[in-house]
Amino acid sequence: MTTQYEAVVGLEVHAVMETQSKMFCDCPVVDSTHHEPNVAVCPVCAGMPGMLPVLNKAAVEFALRVALALHCEINSTSIFARKSYFYPDLPKGFQISQYEQPLAVNGWLRIPTESGELRVGIRRVHLEEDTGKLTHLGEDGDRRTLVDLNRSGVPLLEIVTEPDLHTVEAVRNCAYALRSIMRYLEVNSGNLEKGLLRIEPNISIRERGSQALSTRVEIKNLNSFRSLERALEFELARQAELVDAGGAVQQQTLGWDDVRGSTQAQRSKEVAEDYRYFPEPDLPPLVVDDKWVREIEADLPELPQEKRKRFVEMVGLSDYDAGLLVAERSVAEFFDAALGAIHKADAKMLANWITGPLFELLNKDGYSIESLPFGPEPFAELVDMVASGEINASSARSVLSEMAANGKKPKELVQARGLAQISSETDIGELAERVIQKNSQQVADYVAGKDEVLNWFFGQAMLASQGKANPTLLRQALRVQLDAARAQKEAS
Amino acid sequence: MALSKKDVDHIAHLARLHLSDAEKARFRKQLSDILAHVDALQSLDTTDVPAMSGAIFEGSRLREDIAGDAMPREDLLRNAPDRENNQFRVPPVLD
Repeated sequence: MTTQYEAVVGLEVHAVMETQSKMFCDCPVVDSTHHEPNVAVCPVCAGMPGMLPVLNKAAVEFALRVALALHCEINSTSIFARKSYFYPDLPKGFQISQYEQPLAVNGWLRIPTESGELRVGIRRVHLEEDTGKLTHLGEDGDRRTLVDLNRSGVPLLEIVTEPDLHTVEAVRNCAYALRSIMRYLEVNSGNLEKGLLRIEPNISIRERGSQALSTRVEIKNLNSFRSLERALEFELARQAELVDAGGAVQQQTLGWDDVRGSTQAQRSKEVAEDYRYFPEPDLPPLVVDDKWVREIEADLPELPQEKRKRFVEMVGLSDYDAGLLVAERSVAEFFDAALGAIHKADAKMLANWITGPLFELLNKDGYSIESLPFGPEPFAELVDMVASGEINASSARSVLSEMAANGKKPKELVQARGLAQISSETDIGELAERVIQKNSQQVADYVAGKDEVLNWFFGQAMLASQGKANPTLLRQALRVQLDAARAQKEAS
Repeated sequence: MALSKKDVDHIAHLARLHLSDAEKARFRKQLSDILAHVDALQSLDTTDVPAMSGAIFEGSRLREDIAGDAMPREDLLRNAPDRENNQFRVPPVLD
């Protein structure tokens, strides 16, 4: 997009509240992407006549956690409304949602961007029910749609941000931040691919410097963060091109086609949406008493952006490292616990061992940090052993993979495998001497001025020690002895 | 308040009803009469009366989040006019 335009983007996010039972009936919430169809359905969520909804307390509590974490004003009385439309994914012919008086309004969150922290407004947070899942099959005369109602009536939270996002980076970070907050709050696992979290940006452009709001386009069908970024870039370019050519952006909903890499018109609508919202007569107003709200607020965990701040300001990490550590609550808590257990290593070194070797191990073996057979204390012990020089970094890495394989304590493993680092100056000195004596040609080269031969000696000596030599001491000992040989030669 | 023919078309479309011209004329009259009847309420002064969202004034009774049993799938699908792969089968809808 040319620099003449500025992007104006707001997000509409739908997050499944991962409760045990559905929002208005006690059917179990199951994974609708690969569960047997229509096995978690009852007369209520199948929309049979005469059935009455009864609201799930946990769905309200989960929603309140998110609303409070996003600094919203909670409406002590909120109203459910019927959103009427005909589509086979909604057996009742309407969706129970919230409209005029939602659960919460006027919040905000802070997100990191390249140009510093950005405050993004939250317009509203409300509860609604999810719809059934449709599968479209066949071609031409054989075309048909199948309906699975397992997902019908699953609690869904809608979060609407203000259009405060002006770069692709800010949109991505805002989506990440919302996902991360909901994972911290243990209300949503953040899976876009399975549709547990759906991110729909509203996108428009305007002349840079203008404050006007222009016609916006909503994008659906984004099932990864990568798609979100690609769709944004595509749509911003499309709108700029259109406006440059003297055209006007039409208000519409477009679907992202990941294969084609472009946005496509979804369904044509002959008439404008007319949902005829009205208060749901089968549900009394939702009243949340202040005491309950305060209890939920008091129980909120420290949130990612606060943790990040603390890691930078109190612990002394770089903003980058802190960002890596707080992305997942389990990782941040692992770091906090290990930080309390280290004696010799410092916070920076600990952070590096988590974001380096530990992450590498997790990625390689597909582990999550919670599923590791060792906790933060043994990990801290391992990093301490490196800090104190008991073992070297490469031994520590191999100990780490063994810890992951069998859960044994690092001290035990070091002892059993004889990995203890050779740090005695006498032993190191002897090791250096042996390698030097065996390789007179290379000594001659060094004496003749080839300094880089030192690295070759270092490699040979390390090999001879089976990787156990303290690298700093070894390099030092080699240099001292080789320099002595050089000095002797010059003197003679 | 009298409804126009266009209003009736719109309402019929939203309800996915196909109406004949005779039906449209009849329903236009009936719906207009209903609205006129309800219009009588507009003569009341409701300045100090808060908007009412329902007839139940107590707050929601909340249910504990405990999953129960779903209904047998066969019972559910017995309501389906047509089925395939244990799902309701409906005419194709564009997505």
